Amino acid sequence: MPEEITETPQIKNRLELTTSPHLHNNWSTPRAMWMVGAALLPCTAAALVFFGWTQIFILLTSILCAVGTEALIQKLRKQPGTAGDGSAVLTGWLLALTLPPGFSLVSTGIGAVVAVGIGKHIFGGLGYNIFNPALVGRAFLQAAFPVAMTTWESPNFVDTVTSATPLGALKFDAVTSSLAPMFFGNTGGSLGETSALALLAGGIFLIAIGIVNWRIPAAMTIGALVFGTPVWLMNVQQYPSPVYHLLGGGFLLGALFMATDWVSSPVTNRGMWIFGLGISLIVVVIRVFGGLPEGMMYAILIMNAFVPMIDRFTRPRVFGAVA
Amino acid sequence: MKKQWTLTQDFLKGFWEQNPIFVQVLGMCPTLAVTVSAINGIAMALATTFVLVCASLLISMIRKLIPTQVRIASFIVVIATFVTIVDLVMQARFPGLSKALGPFVPLIVVNCLVLGRQEAFASKNNPLRSVLDALGMGIGFLMALFVLGSIRELLASRTILGYQVLPDAFTPWLVMILPAGAFLTLGLLMGTANWNAMRQKRNAEQAVLDRYRKTTASSV
Repeated sequence: MPEEITETPQIKNRLELTTSPHLHNNWSTPRAMWMVGAALLPCTAAALVFFGWTQIFILLTSILCAVGTEALIQKLRKQPGTAGDGSAVLTGWLLALTLPPGFSLVSTGIGAVVAVGIGKHIFGGLGYNIFNPALVGRAFLQAAFPVAMTTWESPNFVDTVTSATPLGALKFDAVTSSLAPMFFGNTGGSLGETSALALLAGGIFLIAIGIVNWRIPAAMTIGALVFGTPVWLMNVQQYPSPVYHLLGGGFLLGALFMATDWVSSPVTNRGMWIFGLGISLIVVVIRVFGGLPEGMMYAILIMNAFVPMIDRFTRPRVFGAVA
Repeated sequence: MKKQWTLTQDFLKGFWEQNPIFVQVLGMCPTLAVTVSAINGIAMALATTFVLVCASLLISMIRKLIPTQVRIASFIVVIATFVTIVDLVMQARFPGLSKALGPFVPLIVVNCLVLGRQEAFASKNNPLRSVLDALGMGIGFLMALFVLGSIRELLASRTILGYQVLPDAFTPWLVMILPAGAFLTLGLLMGTANWNAMRQKRNAEQAVLDRYRKTTASSV
């Protein structure tokens, strides 16, 4: 029967064999993604309040391009479409929140296409990406349009057209910003990163419902205090204080929403501590000694690259095995 | 048994089938470093092709005289001779281009494309075949570097070979003249080439299967 060779077996994937324990979890990818979306609402609202409602177009452009790219690539690769599960929406959304207010819409679109195309689908799609896709998109934009990416519009309640971010002001002009505006968000910076209050509200919600593991943000906070304090004590005027580290720049946005990405963070508890401490060490080093005022994006991307190694060395011992 | 290649195949295989950049992944250092603009890419590829052809000719002529133990050193001496010629000629006649390419002209000596073709081909084949192979590889290298250089030049400064192509409204992508732009462009081009090759292979297999199915159906 020669025809048999040409037929592909039809029942191959019908039966899934897995070992016990068989636990059922009512979390699905779309549900988790929409929950993260809900947690992003406060800081999105803060962005629209402080930088004007027109910033919504940056958000919409980014999300639309991200979802469009995902759908297009999956059509080309003949994969089952996952454009509707919210992960691409979230990538676009997070990317938009890391962009400066008033950023060009065309460039935003390019960033979203790079984020989903090169950050995610080059590696095989959702679950396979080594790096956080939104940050890959942002890193590309930072390299492609360095001037536009560091031009900060002032928030609505400050009487200037452009202003430096608190970290930039400290680094280049030795001007320390007061902490209260940094906490509430009335200061220069990327769309989603200025209001610590709104970010904390969303982040605590995510930790409470169990989407974000508290260990990574905790490790990063401890790391910023541990690594930031000695440097600060060396020269109180010149270097940012630990609290400044926490509230300034993208620290909270990164700690709560970027570093905790399920795909690109470690799976073991010990690994999460190492990952978080590593990020804050790199951030402090870049902010204090580097040429750039802010290093959250590079810190997370660098530690993303270490995740496979961290997972390998923190693998729990098999029960009963001899060390 | 080894497949017999015709002279034309020896010449043409470098264009696509065994393209030095996209298939063999040889000579990455000049490929990534000098393709900031299309003209740099062309100059680099022409210099490399000249060295490749001359070295292949000479080495295939003296291939029986070179002892196997010292063949690599002998290849390098021959290649270095021609690279010195290219380098001095470029410095004398095209000082601007020579400055733009910088250390990458002398570095052709250690370009693994040149050495690789000597080791894999010129040391085993007659001069005619070796020159054809070297020419084909050189043209493949030229095409790849030109495409890479054009894409990077286009996106980074809106021009190709100095002629403005994109309108002023296009914001130049600074990343494209940085090393990151070289890696990204090369990676995407290679990916596209592989994807295309895979699709062709799948189509060919499908065609064979279809034919097989048809013959079995008609014979039953």
